[in-house]
Amino acid sequence: MEIGLTHYLTVASILFIVGIFGIFLNRKNVIIILMSIELMLLAVNINFVAFSTHLNDLGGQVFTMFVLTVAAAEAAIGLAILVCFHRNRGTIAVEDVAMMKG
Amino acid sequence: MTPVNQGPLNLLAAAPEMILAIGALALLMLGVFRQNQAGATLVLWLTIALLVLAGFVAFIGGTDVQYAFGGVFVSDGVSRFAKVFIFFGTAVTLILSRTYLMRANLLIFEFPVLVALAALGMAMMVSAADLISLYMGLELQSLALYVLASFRRDSVKSTEAGLKYFVLGALSSGLLLFGSSFVYGAAVSTEFTRIAEVVAQGEINVGMVIGLAFVLAGLAFKISAAPFHMWTPDVYEGAPTPVTAFFATAPKMAAAVLMVRVLYDGFGVGAVDDWQLIVAFLAAASMLVGSIAAIGQTDIKRLMAYSSIGHMGFALVGMAAGTEAGAESVLVYLAVYMVMNLGVFAYILTMRRNGVAMTKISDLSGLWQRDSFSALCLTALMFSLAGIPPLAGFWAKFYTFGAAIAVEEGKLVWLLVIATIAAVISAFYYLRLVKIMLFDDPVEEFDGPMGSEFRVVLGISAAIMLLFVIGGLGVTEMAADAASIYR
Repeated sequence: MEIGLTHYLTVASILFIVGIFGIFLNRKNVIIILMSIELMLLAVNINFVAFSTHLNDLGGQVFTMFVLTVAAAEAAIGLAILVCFHRNRGTIAVEDVAMMKG
Repeated sequence: MTPVNQGPLNLLAAAPEMILAIGALALLMLGVFRQNQAGATLVLWLTIALLVLAGFVAFIGGTDVQYAFGGVFVSDGVSRFAKVFIFFGTAVTLILSRTYLMRANLLIFEFPVLVALAALGMAMMVSAADLISLYMGLELQSLALYVLASFRRDSVKSTEAGLKYFVLGALSSGLLLFGSSFVYGAAVSTEFTRIAEVVAQGEINVGMVIGLAFVLAGLAFKISAAPFHMWTPDVYEGAPTPVTAFFATAPKMAAAVLMVRVLYDGFGVGAVDDWQLIVAFLAAASMLVGSIAAIGQTDIKRLMAYSSIGHMGFALVGMAAGTEAGAESVLVYLAVYMVMNLGVFAYILTMRRNGVAMTKISDLSGLWQRDSFSALCLTALMFSLAGIPPLAGFWAKFYTFGAAIAVEEGKLVWLLVIATIAAVISAFYYLRLVKIMLFDDPVEEFDGPMGSEFRVVLGISAAIMLLFVIGGLGVTEMAADAASIYR
């Protein structure tokens, strides 16, 4: 069986959906949410690289480089905010991130 | 739209961004070397000067279309119109923030620098002509805003607001990127002009439609349109009030103009049918959520959050038209919305009793007997937010409704029915606020006296609401010139 564009796109879509579910279904820990976000961005990267190779166009791989860079910055800021939150609240369980409601 | 060819780099087209980028970095250094309150105040004022300068440079730019950085950055009427309002709005928010930050012991130099970087990101967003520059601008803005939302590091509410905003913002960026990848796959390019060419050839394939839907979902998060609005009330309530004032003004304008860019430049005014229903649905949902959910609120910051969701819905009504008039009405609506919000937040920032910031609506009770000037100005602003003629808010709605009704075959009439119902429902809570201010029994006074900058901003924004009827104060004309690229 030849591995073609569809296979890559399917894998990427599955990873992306796992990432989204990881954000909404997880009740335990905010760190898992951060991991899910990374998973989503990496799924997008697979998409871009697959399209880029398939279409013989370098643009997608350039985009991937930007996405990787921004993902690193995003993770750094996310962890920093999480540390601040932990200092104030003493927990990072998802169900405790609920001071405000309504 | 015939682009003038000025070489691949053409840095002059990005002059406002250059000023802001270099200036923000210089101010960061200045702040590091002067780590005290005086240094922070200096950085704050210099940032304001920088924003005004950048706004002025954008203002004198004219309306010709210029591309920079090999076609990923465009400077045209629409982007310059948005930039003028973004920069001046940001500058006004910074002026209003000073006393609040000082009292809360938050006046450190990082605040103005982060605000300047967020404004830079917004300017990049409204000038995006490529999916990559769109993403980079959006992330520069968002990353700065995540930090600003959790700026009060010792408060559970503020860090929780930052955390919620971060998680949902990152999710929306992911959706946007996922969509971008499919659009790239279908168009073999990330440039808007190229995407528009592919769309114009007819034959829109499944990949393009999936991409468009995901991109729209990601952008809807950023302008807090329902059903992607969940973060807004919590973030508005939890963030320090100056940050809330900032969130309610410039980023909304930037994200909405970005949406216009993606839909009108990227997917072409010709392919309106493919996205009109999605945008119309977002508009209808936001208007209803914004008007119904706001009724039960007791916190004025939460109320303003739902109010902004509703107002974004009204702006989307104009956007859904997909015509030149639609683009013009979105620009006018956002400009008016921004001025109204600056006025309201100028007062919210001064609500303080015995040194503690107050945000309950009941604290405004009987304001007329305590401070009739503020009560009158706020009344004018509330009437304008509700869209009562002849105030500016009415004309803003008038233009968006007009653009939507002009769509052929009356395709958007159902949307206008919903919009009218939502406008009536939302008038209820704006007028309730007026009733509380003017007729209820007065409660204990706020700490006085109100700083002169708050009085000036409140007075000017109320005056603009009243005087808008005189030829739209030139704003409608400016917006019409700007939107002429979509003719």
